[in-house]
Amino acid sequence: MYAIREALAAFRRAPVLTGLSAGMVGLALFVVGLFSLATYNLRIALSAIEERVEVVVYLRDDARQSEIDTLLVELAAFDEVSRVTYVSKRDALERAQRELPEFGQLFLESEVNPLPQSLEVELRPGNRTPDVVERVSDAARGYPFVEDALYGEEWVDRLFALRRIGFASTAVLGTAFAMVAALIIGTALRIAIFARRDEIYIMRLVGARNGFIRRPFLLEGALAGLAGAVLAVVLTYATYRGVYAYLFEVAWIPGSWIGIGLLTGALFGAASSAIAIRRHLREV
Amino acid sequence: MIKLTHVSKEYPKRGYALHDVSFHLGKGEFAFLTGHSGSGKSTTMRLIHMADRPTDGEVRVSGFSSATVTERDLWKVRRRVGMVFQDFRLLPGRSTLENVSFALEVTGTPQKAIQAKANRLLTQVGLATKAGARVEELSGGERQRVAIARSLVNDPYVLLADEPTGNLDERATRGIMELFWDLNAKGMAVLMATHDMELIRRHPHARLFELDQGKLVYDSAATDSVTA
Ligand SMILES: Nc1ncnc2c1ncn2[C@@H]1O[C@H](COP(=O)(O)OP(=O)(O)OP(=O)(O)O)[C@@H](O)[C@H]1O
Ligand SMILES: [Mg+2]
Repeated sequence: MYAIREALAAFRRAPVLTGLSAGMVGLALFVVGLFSLATYNLRIALSAIEERVEVVVYLRDDARQSEIDTLLVELAAFDEVSRVTYVSKRDALERAQRELPEFGQLFLESEVNPLPQSLEVELRPGNRTPDVVERVSDAARGYPFVEDALYGEEWVDRLFALRRIGFASTAVLGTAFAMVAALIIGTALRIAIFARRDEIYIMRLVGARNGFIRRPFLLEGALAGLAGAVLAVVLTYATYRGVYAYLFEVAWIPGSWIGIGLLTGALFGAASSAIAIRRHLREV
Repeated sequence: MIKLTHVSKEYPKRGYALHDVSFHLGKGEFAFLTGHSGSGKSTTMRLIHMADRPTDGEVRVSGFSSATVTERDLWKVRRRVGMVFQDFRLLPGRSTLENVSFALEVTGTPQKAIQAKANRLLTQVGLATKAGARVEELSGGERQRVAIARSLVNDPYVLLADEPTGNLDERATRGIMELFWDLNAKGMAVLMATHDMELIRRHPHARLFELDQGKLVYDSAATDSVTA
């Protein structure tokens, strides 16, 4: 009760200081918001590509049906494999005609079918990693009737590198700017504490509990962090609308990310004010 | 109640502010603490209030020991020991009543009880008519009464007063002393630091401690008092 009243009074007592610090916190967290927006969209783009990651096992023309069946069963037995489809030479040709009409015509006119028969190995979501595709294709390559097993090593590797880079840069920059926000709140709180040092002194003199003295400041810090986070969300949303309208189609970050962001803002605010007040109480 | 055992306080470079001081102040006692400027009166007060800890020896205040009390528990000590200063240390810009009710509020008095208790305390110190006056509009004696009312919010066992009359004239001083004796008559122990020998002479029934350069050189209650 007292804590809430005092924390709100702090906003009224020093509107400029509070407004400025919330604004700066908002700008710092805005950077975090932009990175989240970028990461999220990168993730969507990457997972769309990722879905197409599969292993194609090309078979020699002279492979016997029983051999192919054995391989098919073995590949399907992998935990990470969701489905194995046999594509005969004829299937391959029909597909080529459908997807590449000009070439199809060419094939049709020739007597022989140049396309190999193959096994298409689909992987379960979450298992389309360089590690898994390599193991599956290595297993297939062990058979003498297998021509080759391909999965586009290079771009699968690159895809995952990109993902890691995206994640790491968001984590590092997000943390850095969250720290900046925490520092701003901590400094603003130091000023607020200094402005009320007489009251704090009297509180200690007459025997107020430390928790009681701390609470309004913690609340004030949490509110400042929350206000900054809300501002950052608003700015990020405005940016999103702008990009969507004038540049290209992007997806808005999920609500759970925003929830976590607001909560983290409030927690960081409370934590940095806790440090500030703890230091002050130790000094007097 | 209050017990100092071989208490020393040493400041780095400055040396001893207090040196091997031992005394016991019982329930309901009235005592003066005197000595020249710099003899360690305020230091003694601060140690009893546990605003500072001794470098040697032990200060005990109603069950709490300076050797073991934690920062978390200091508020318990502060509520058993009321403290007033020569310079009052009131919150400026606020009324008499607000100064007292602030102390009541921050020590957890229920919201509904604050007003009544603040008024009762102001009546007790004879300031009922000045409840609405701002601190700046009060005389020195009146300000000291506000500070005393504030020190009583937790019904302490003992009142520490560090030169409470140092800034007051003859009449105001007499008023404050009467108030202290009133409180003492109701069972509260009083320890008052002063270097006003005239004042001490006017209250011969009070116990007297004298400090000299950090050493306790006189205790009127001791059978064979040490002399410097
Ligand atoms: N924080 C401190 N740091 C260093 N020395 C201190 C500190 N506080 C007090 N002292 C020294 O300790 C000694 C005792 O000081 P104290 O304030 O207890 O004296 P006092 O008896 O209250 O004097 P006065 O009558 O002038 O108020 C003095 O020599 C003082 O300089
Ligand atoms: Mg002094």
